[in-house]
Amino acid sequence: MSTSTPLEPDTFAITADLAQPRLPAWAVLLDVVLAAGVAGLLTLLLGWSPYAGLVLAIVLAALGMPLWSLLVEGRRAAADRLATSVVWASFGVVLVPLVWLIWLVVKNGIGVINSEFLSYDMRNVIGEGGGIYHALWGTILITLAAAIISIPIGLFTAIYLVEYGRGSRLARVTTFLVDVMTGIPSIVAGLFALSLFVLIFGPAIRIGFGGAVALSLLMIPTVVRSSEEMLRLVPSDLREASYALGIPKWRTIVKVVLPTALGGIITGIVLAVSRVIGETAPLLVVAGATDTVNFNLFNGRMTTLPVYIFQQYSQPGIVGPAGGDPPGYARAWGAALVLIAIVMVLNLVARIIGTYFAPKTERRR
Amino acid sequence: MSVTAPPQPPRAAKPVVRPGDRIFAGTARVAALTIMLALAGVFVFLALEGYPGLSAPERIYAPATDFWSYVGPLVFGTILAACVALVIAVPFSIGVALFISHYAPPRVAVPIAYVIDLLAAVPSVVYGLWGGLALAPATRPLIDWLYDNLSFIPFFAGPPSVTGRTMLTAGIVLAIMVVPITTAISREVFAQTPRLHEEAAMALGATRWEMIRLAVFPYARSGVISAVMLGLGRALGETMAVAMVLSATPVVTLNLISNSNPATIASNIASNYKEATPDKQAVLIATGLVLFAVTFVVNFAARWVISRGERNLTR
Repeated sequence: MSTSTPLEPDTFAITADLAQPRLPAWAVLLDVVLAAGVAGLLTLLLGWSPYAGLVLAIVLAALGMPLWSLLVEGRRAAADRLATSVVWASFGVVLVPLVWLIWLVVKNGIGVINSEFLSYDMRNVIGEGGGIYHALWGTILITLAAAIISIPIGLFTAIYLVEYGRGSRLARVTTFLVDVMTGIPSIVAGLFALSLFVLIFGPAIRIGFGGAVALSLLMIPTVVRSSEEMLRLVPSDLREASYALGIPKWRTIVKVVLPTALGGIITGIVLAVSRVIGETAPLLVVAGATDTVNFNLFNGRMTTLPVYIFQQYSQPGIVGPAGGDPPGYARAWGAALVLIAIVMVLNLVARIIGTYFAPKTERRR
Repeated sequence: MSVTAPPQPPRAAKPVVRPGDRIFAGTARVAALTIMLALAGVFVFLALEGYPGLSAPERIYAPATDFWSYVGPLVFGTILAACVALVIAVPFSIGVALFISHYAPPRVAVPIAYVIDLLAAVPSVVYGLWGGLALAPATRPLIDWLYDNLSFIPFFAGPPSVTGRTMLTAGIVLAIMVVPITTAISREVFAQTPRLHEEAAMALGATRWEMIRLAVFPYARSGVISAVMLGLGRALGETMAVAMVLSATPVVTLNLISNSNPATIASNIASNYKEATPDKQAVLIATGLVLFAVTFVVNFAARWVISRGERNLTR
């Protein structure tokens, strides 16, 4: 409009007309406090359990705000407020099991862990006592063997996919198969290793190495995926600079591409290890379970920490004369705390390596 | 230099092939082939060892009489547990994914995503321990309440279990294990919504929820569907959590809160591996093959949906 001067007051009038009253920012806080107060009062007066009170408080807070908003702000704003409370509530609810689980494991496990628990096996242990020494060694050996199998295969596959196989049929098929492998249920991996070794050594075979084979089947796709992603992030300028100096392709990969992506690759490998270290089902099937220390991957049964937890849980032993829980449960919680600590430390290490090395490769973010 | 590579400008200038190159390229290709071989091996070895299990002596299948009536209730139990898990997990995953991508203040969104990923890092056996010893007793009041008020629905027909080790508990534990997977994928898809679509919706006066309904959900639909199916794949194959929570009987029932619950294929293998006479072992391996086939189909469908969605987006 060319004659804009008379219009301006009009525009203000229109917006003032359209604008609806808004609840102030502190209304949310008031709503939460009120809901908590009402729920707390009802819980106290009627003698409900605190959990019921908590649920009531959450429901009241989540419904109170939209209702208030419906009265003041109108239907659309109320729907928005409702969606906001539902989203916040669902996040809160999902946190409950995580916090509950970690709190329980720490509370029940911390009292069990002592030097005896860490340095004794379960040989000839009937009541209390015993420890996880054999399971710790089993976990370390089997996971190490799985890593030794799967890191070269996974890394070289990633190198093939990124450096050599661009667009070839084999590369497409491999990408698809890696996707399929990601979805293999862990127990099927165990059955595969079992049937492989049964076919070679007869039906009674149970060896730690079989567990390593099963775990590597689960680990390879994770390693391939993460390494592939990291190799793709390496700028092609670096490769081309190296080619321009007359360096052969394989030395370019070894000396330029891999070192640049090293941080990300290690992060991926550590995360893959932390994923397979907690696997139970395949080891239960193919590595069996034992009460004694076994350092030989190729001979005899081997227990790992997850299998140990399952064993102590399913055969907890006899309740002592003092009553209470059977002694196996305490050992299971203790082993669970050790296992979770290992997994969390691995995750943390992966993150630290990731952020420490990240600026070299991903400057854009 | 790869021998068959199409001439790409910077590399075509270097036709010399050194032995080192050949060895390195060969190793890389062999590694890729190994993966193909391993996956084929899974099929072949399971089939070889499982085949006798299809026609083992009748007493092996007790109380059923042949393989298909043995595996039938197991398949049913597997699907039922997975469905319960998904019904619980999917709304929460979408809620949490929205929370991370659109609701949480940007500064805390990254740590929150990390915390949700932590849920995936907890080993399944620890979930099983927690589910069996802590969650199961804690669901007692809930089960009783469901039975008292909703027993006309076949899912809650009761009688309520005294231990709390029910299909419902197993479903809840599975749901907690599924949530991080579906959340992670949905979150990424939500975050990829074009900023212009969102801002256009806001500029037209939409509230945040209307913006999400109009701009984010239509864009993310196929991604969310595939996330749900990948979660389904995980729930179908999960072993320990179910084996540690359920005490199984071979029944087919929709009842979620009673003492007699069908086992899942995976948990059945885990709890019977010990009495593995060669015949029984073959039967268990055959059920494992069935499980592999089911999860393969589910994952394949999920990938297909993803690739179709990607094609639609690029168009």
